[in-house]
Amino acid sequence: MKTRLMSVIALIAVLSPPAAAQGPAPKGAPKELRVGIVTLLSGPASSTFGIPAKKAADAWVEKINEAGGIGGVKVVPVLTDEAGPGDKVVAEFRRLAADEKVDLVIGYISSANCVAVPAVAEELRLLTVLFDCGTTRVFEEAKYKYVFRTAAHTGIDGIGAARYLLAAKPDVKTIAGLNQDYAWGRDSWEIFSRALRKLKPDVQVVETLWPKLFQGDLSAEISKLLTAKPDVIFHSLWGTDLASVNSQGRVRGLFRQSLVVHNNSAFLFKEFRDLPDGFVVGFRGTHWPEVPDPARNPLQREFVERCTKKFGEPCGSPHGSYHMVQALQGVKTAYEKAIKATGRWPSADDVVRAFEYLEFDSPSGRIAMAVGGGHQAIEDSLYGTVKLDAQRNQNVLTSVRVFPAKCVNPPDGVKTLDWIDQGFRGAQCP
Amino acid sequence: MVIVRALMGLALFLVVPPFLPEWITFLLTLAWAKALAVLGVVLLLRGGLLTFGHALYYAVGAYTAGFAVKFLGVHEGLVVLVLAVVTGATTSALLGLLLARYRGVHFGLLNLAFSMVLYAILLKFYAVTGGTDGLRLPTPLLAGIKPPPQSLRLTIYYVTVVLTALLLYVAHRFTASPLGYTLRAVRDNEVRVEYMGASVRQAIYCSYIVAGVLASVGGVLAGFSVGHIVPEVSFWTQSGEFVFVALLGGTGSVVAPIAGSIVFEFVRNYAFKYSPYTWQMTLGIVLLIIIFFLPGGLWSLTGLARRWGFATRRWTR
Amino acid sequence: MSAGLTFTYGVVRILNLAHGNLYALGAYMGAWLVLGWGSSAWPVLSYLLLFVAAVFIGVTAGPVIERVFLRRVYGKAEEIQILLTFSILLILEDVIKLVWGVSPLFADKPYTYMGLVRLGGVDYAGYPFLLTGIAVVTGLLLWLVVTRTRFGKVLISVITDREVSSALGVNVPRIYTLAFTLGAVFAALGGAFTAPMFSLVPGIGAEVIVVSFAVVAIGGLGSIGGAALGALLVGLARATAVHLFPELDLFAIYLIMALVLLVRPQGLFGQVEARRI
Repeated sequence: MKTRLMSVIALIAVLSPPAAAQGPAPKGAPKELRVGIVTLLSGPASSTFGIPAKKAADAWVEKINEAGGIGGVKVVPVLTDEAGPGDKVVAEFRRLAADEKVDLVIGYISSANCVAVPAVAEELRLLTVLFDCGTTRVFEEAKYKYVFRTAAHTGIDGIGAARYLLAAKPDVKTIAGLNQDYAWGRDSWEIFSRALRKLKPDVQVVETLWPKLFQGDLSAEISKLLTAKPDVIFHSLWGTDLASVNSQGRVRGLFRQSLVVHNNSAFLFKEFRDLPDGFVVGFRGTHWPEVPDPARNPLQREFVERCTKKFGEPCGSPHGSYHMVQALQGVKTAYEKAIKATGRWPSADDVVRAFEYLEFDSPSGRIAMAVGGGHQAIEDSLYGTVKLDAQRNQNVLTSVRVFPAKCVNPPDGVKTLDWIDQGFRGAQCP
Repeated sequence: MVIVRALMGLALFLVVPPFLPEWITFLLTLAWAKALAVLGVVLLLRGGLLTFGHALYYAVGAYTAGFAVKFLGVHEGLVVLVLAVVTGATTSALLGLLLARYRGVHFGLLNLAFSMVLYAILLKFYAVTGGTDGLRLPTPLLAGIKPPPQSLRLTIYYVTVVLTALLLYVAHRFTASPLGYTLRAVRDNEVRVEYMGASVRQAIYCSYIVAGVLASVGGVLAGFSVGHIVPEVSFWTQSGEFVFVALLGGTGSVVAPIAGSIVFEFVRNYAFKYSPYTWQMTLGIVLLIIIFFLPGGLWSLTGLARRWGFATRRWTR
Repeated sequence: MSAGLTFTYGVVRILNLAHGNLYALGAYMGAWLVLGWGSSAWPVLSYLLLFVAAVFIGVTAGPVIERVFLRRVYGKAEEIQILLTFSILLILEDVIKLVWGVSPLFADKPYTYMGLVRLGGVDYAGYPFLLTGIAVVTGLLLWLVVTRTRFGKVLISVITDREVSSALGVNVPRIYTLAFTLGAVFAALGGAFTAPMFSLVPGIGAEVIVVSFAVVAIGGLGSIGGAALGALLVGLARATAVHLFPELDLFAIYLIMALVLLVRPQGLFGQVEARRI
């Protein structure tokens, strides 16, 4: 009975004109805007990245539609799973375009897919917004017209880590790397170690370990690190590897011996309480319920509130969820800008023109599509140290530092590694 | 008669696609390309050899194309195909020397081990292979001509279908050759074959090379149609998929892999569409149904098997 | 874990690909019980819970898989049997997801109870030592059961010749079910007791099966001592690789497997199979 009452109320809510409705939809507007949403729904990466992104999409599409949709047109998400081999992902992308007739696609967490899909997007002339993947290759190796990435690439993870480390522990002498043996793990280490040695040339690398992805048991690696005794351990582990290095490392005193720096917030919000004391953690963008300050950023406040109301907690993890909302905000702003410019419902090309070098607001602050020919976003880099608050007996994020986007991102047209090697020319740091 | 029937089937695949949606053409291209690798698995299965590592050769083909484009600057598709035949044949000839001695589970596991070693190599030599992010494969030239963008998909489709059909014919001739018959006899009783004076080793070795080349060409075709290759093409799950499709289609005919491959691609795609959370379960259930109710694979549905020239495979020993 | 796999293979002669899922089921069940009822006041309870979880999974999932599915394909071609277990693998993967969801399950309390062991100036957690102890004890128990009890003798007779044993009055189907269940319990035990070292995510079953394949192939299919030795070799090789050649970590297992199989195709302890005449 109660559920029926609820659904009646929901129905009324849907049928009645939205309170904050925008003007009537422009000329030539479709009934609905079909958005393909591709995120990991199965497999080992789904829990930390994919599902939180899906939750965020659910919550934020609901918000957009309650406020009248995009340009007065309702957004209809078409959800598919990103998991599976590369050929399947490409086939699925083509199916979204031809069979589901989506107007645009938001998706892709895996870097491999972000390298594979753009060529197909160009062939099909389908607006595609990469929302989460990290690889710097996408726009540093090629140019695309219909492809955008509304999140920063992994460059800021490593450069931010190096800058934070020098602020937190200026006397660092020896470092060791512990990274999963796959493309992103290699990229993470390459960027961090090069950036740090550019900033402080006398730093020595004493150990680089490459455990297999999802190896789980890292006891052999921990033994090796305990023998090597580096001042700082840098790692980019996620999923089961992150959890086991935290628990095994804590028991065996790894965190007392070395300062452990993790370049990416690859944990669920509810896992934050299990992080070891003194653990340095980075975020690819200001993706923390308290940063940016919800009191000053209404979108951030609304995002946290909506997720908490819908799921009983912030939307899953910092990594996937904020990036998803950024993509939705970017698309919304680009469409509305294009409508304003053309006075009618925009074509894909109109949206592309509006999207290039766009700036838009999001729960992670103001995002600028500043590099990659206006197709690649830059974000601030957020780093902090996990500290156990003895009074409340829970973890808090302390010594928080936000490095402005222009401090950790290369300027337009410069490749990340070149920028590091040239000594961060033109970096604007406070 | 048989040839006429096959040509009629082929004609259907040549005439219909321009009228199909683009993504279905793409799936068909992929299915035909992978059918070659599956055909390799089927050939070996006819000799009673089950391999869990055939993706090795599929990956050899795909990465031959990747390296040819990236390092040799070869953009001519036909040259790449010839290169893939060479690398596929060389690799299988070398590994075949070792592997032709083994049977049963050991043959399967050794193949698995080698394919996983290749996977590890592709992952390790990050600077060369792009690691897990893979390599991009831009559209190739065809006999010096760049296919126009509008008809790009169809061109790739036709090249794939025609080439696969040709190789199917070759494989068909191979199974009907004395060597092919020896291979079947090996499956039933190896020792007797040797008593009769035929060389078991030679039969297995040759089939292994043929199977390797087929998969290698399949890898190139699939690589070009997807436009991107990743080390996962050598992972054991990919090999598992080939075996899956081989049994789905049935081993009764060289045409069965095509049927199996097409059905598999579509089942997988629709499983993704209708149950994004439980697509693996859907696949598993489909597989169960086939094992219990269609032990000869899809091919046993047709009843064409007998007329095709050889008896339908019996599963019971 | 590998002991279970090789045991099942020895008796039922089916290479069970779904073994990895039984491992995963055991791990999930164990972690779930520990998270639900384990308390730090009484650490032993946690270990008991892990054990209960494994036995529960083994005796429920084992017979179901054997009776409902595998029974139909005995005597059919090897490919079909393996494929059947592959389809079970696919289904169980999603069953785990449906039951426990996709959020990681992490119950590391039992890991922390065991304290530290100091060896050569480096601290090692105590838990892996406990794990080794449990593995040795179960391995010994299994060996005793097989070689010293009536059940073991019957088992061996079934392995050697199914038809003759059946003619002698042995209830072969029942032995199959029992053996398979025992194998399943071992897999689940392996899962439950390693669970505290990992955070559990969907897909761990598939990850682990390839490694245990390698272990079993190295040791020799159907040989329990071989499985133990295989596991030891693989573990040592990994540790050596990490310490001396970190770049080779990924290769180590497969290289050993390829080498062993090339030199001794039946594995270190396997028996040579007679060729079919």
